[in-house]
Amino acid sequence: MSAPPARRTAAAAIVDERTSSAPALRKALRYLFPDHWSFLLGEIALYAFITLILTGIYLALFFHPSLAKTVYHGPYAPLRGAQVSEAYKSVIEISFSQKAGLLIRQTHHWAADVFVVAIVVHLMRVFFTGAFRKPRELIWLIGLILLFTSLLEGYLGYSLVDDLLSGMGLAIGYSVLLSVPIIGGPLGLLLFGAPFPGKDLFESRMYIAHVFLLPALLATLIGVHLALVAARHHTQFRRDRRHTERKLVGVPLFPGQAPRSLALMLVVAAALLLLGGLVQINPVWQWGPYEPWLASNGAQPDWYLGWLIGALRLMPSFDVVIGHYTLVPNPFWGGAGFPLFVLLVLAVFPWVERRLTGDRLAHNLLDRPRDAPTRTAFGVAFLGWVFLIFVFGAADRVYVLWGISYETLLNVFRVAIWVLPLGAFFLVRRLCRELQASERIELERERAEAEAAQVEAELQAQARPVV
Amino acid sequence: MSIWRWLAGAAVLLIGRILRRRRVSREDAGKSPRETSADRTQERRNVPEWAPARGTELVVAVLLLLGGLFAAGFVVVYAEFSAAKLPNELLGACIALSVAFIALALALFAHRLVPTEELEEDYPQEHPEEQREVAEIVASAGSRITRRRLLLGTGSIAGGALGLATLAPVLSLGPLWYTAPLFRTPWRRGTRLVDESGRPLSAAVIQEGSYYTAFPERGDRENIGAPLVVVRVEPSQLRLPAGRAAWAPLGILAYSKICTHAGCAVALYRKPTFRVVEPEPALVCPCHYSTFNPATGGSVIFGPAGRPLPQLPLMIDAAGNLRAAGNFSGPVGPSWWGVRLGRAR
Repeated sequence: MSAPPARRTAAAAIVDERTSSAPALRKALRYLFPDHWSFLLGEIALYAFITLILTGIYLALFFHPSLAKTVYHGPYAPLRGAQVSEAYKSVIEISFSQKAGLLIRQTHHWAADVFVVAIVVHLMRVFFTGAFRKPRELIWLIGLILLFTSLLEGYLGYSLVDDLLSGMGLAIGYSVLLSVPIIGGPLGLLLFGAPFPGKDLFESRMYIAHVFLLPALLATLIGVHLALVAARHHTQFRRDRRHTERKLVGVPLFPGQAPRSLALMLVVAAALLLLGGLVQINPVWQWGPYEPWLASNGAQPDWYLGWLIGALRLMPSFDVVIGHYTLVPNPFWGGAGFPLFVLLVLAVFPWVERRLTGDRLAHNLLDRPRDAPTRTAFGVAFLGWVFLIFVFGAADRVYVLWGISYETLLNVFRVAIWVLPLGAFFLVRRLCRELQASERIELERERAEAEAAQVEAELQAQARPVV
Repeated sequence: MSIWRWLAGAAVLLIGRILRRRRVSREDAGKSPRETSADRTQERRNVPEWAPARGTELVVAVLLLLGGLFAAGFVVVYAEFSAAKLPNELLGACIALSVAFIALALALFAHRLVPTEELEEDYPQEHPEEQREVAEIVASAGSRITRRRLLLGTGSIAGGALGLATLAPVLSLGPLWYTAPLFRTPWRRGTRLVDESGRPLSAAVIQEGSYYTAFPERGDRENIGAPLVVVRVEPSQLRLPAGRAAWAPLGILAYSKICTHAGCAVALYRKPTFRVVEPEPALVCPCHYSTFNPATGGSVIFGPAGRPLPQLPLMIDAAGNLRAAGNFSGPVGPSWWGVRLGRAR
């Protein structure tokens, strides 16, 4: 191997003499990334987050977080002369009067949707391959907190705009807050400052949460998430004998992984920019400004709130009451109890699985879904349950598109969300076991064939001298 | 000499590639590349001496130039058009294509021009020695303390009190443990109903089968206690709860427009109805489809709402205009713990 050029050595020396970082740098450059397409899902989320930060900084330079009333006099004719809030007006101006404002706003919104998709798919990859097992339970927990913080962050983002859709979303959020047992009413008043729609100050409270508190929390958690991954190193699939619980096989960060990862980042950015340029999202000028006495069902919220809407709609009509005393109002179940239950189940899963299987070992090798039939079956059933509730959130669209009555769908789904996941559990478990069995049979057949070939060769070897 | 090492390296890479594609079960029977890969990791660096790929370098350069070109195109489009005429699609396509070409160049660079070694490394192991040392250091730090519990107790008192003190100002956000404002509405006996443009609402204009939004003549419209939905039902079909007989003069009914489920506006009115499946007129909230029957005092007939829609008693003044005859039949808007104990105030 030839010596590196003198200039490179000098540069490395300059850095090392001042930071004493050459050993760390060498280790970082040689950090190994196992090669599998599904490991890119988390990276997509990271790059969507970076896109969100960059576009968000730009938007923050033009957005005016105030509910003060003003009159719109801009190029968008249908709203001219309308009484709107400063917040809403500034978003209309970003969309129509700021050059490239619409592109950046739409890219920001698309990035938020893709960010949550990537997190959810990444979560499923981690779940179904058992990557959450010891020693990575903490990484799993931080990932879950990241997911739920992202949902809140996205919700606040579209609530800031003060268009009709965001106002309706906020009203529902306020109702869910109020419905929390015992502390709900006082807590709602404390945060909003007054009964809904709250003090004007509430807008700037949401704003500081959306542009500083939650992004700072997300960035910190992402940092810890990645640092812990690096500390424990990546998991890997067992693809040949080199991959073991003790030995990691992969491509080093530099020069192998870095340009690939950068390419992926730019592909994500390009896709988001293309969406932002070509595909309209959340045209707030069409929804109009929010007033508490207005509502529309023509507009749908962002996809990641669909599961909560489905749950709110599926709940039968009841408040928990003792005589005339309301204990738990209805929105609590769909809006707070349901997501908290999902979070809880996912959060305790690593420990429950460890208790049930008695497997307390550390794992660096991933399972294929079929290798853990019960986990896979449970995951399909549980996530299927959440997915069906999510689908019901769009039942009114189904009615508009195909004319199936909403009442019929409601009754069908109230049964289906329980029956289908239960059926899926047994079906998937069976399927995994069959796959395992077929693999075993194939393995045995190969072994038998090899044995037979060997015997035949021996027989021939014995037979030859006779002939 | 080096050519032989290069060939050996290439062979190892090739075998690795083939084996990787095969399933674990099959590989159990196959040859292991272990003996060759082991000495590979021993080397400090492993850069195969590739034949120069001038063609690929050229393609990468062209792609990078294209990326730069489209970035410049973005600037030109941005500068050339006025804000009103700026085509968002062109702007987005320019910047996206610029980024995409650079991504393509990087991908090609990564796969063709950079050595992609597959290295092996041990997973981090536990450090029992250091674990013990950490425990020792922590333990020895407290070795001179005799009254541990006293210090722990006073320490947590100090920490807890300071924590509470720093959090206390947060309570200025709003009223603390005080739900009275949730019961307040701007409606009083005699308050005139006005329409969206502020004109008094006359009983004569309220038609059956139609639907009106009304507000108190004075007071904040944005208060969720303010907006009303006013409908008219044939008086013979009214089945209002006891004590509300006089609340609907001429069959004109007023309800809070804020859904008792999740606070959206009850913005749909089901009238005319489809007699077969929807025999009665109904007020519907488009958020979660809570449905209320105006003829029976706003009772819930479908959907998740847990409480009837609050009804406002009406009267008709000498000028024929609608006025409130009191406050709502119950608290307005979404429910909270203990909501039914209170009355609208």
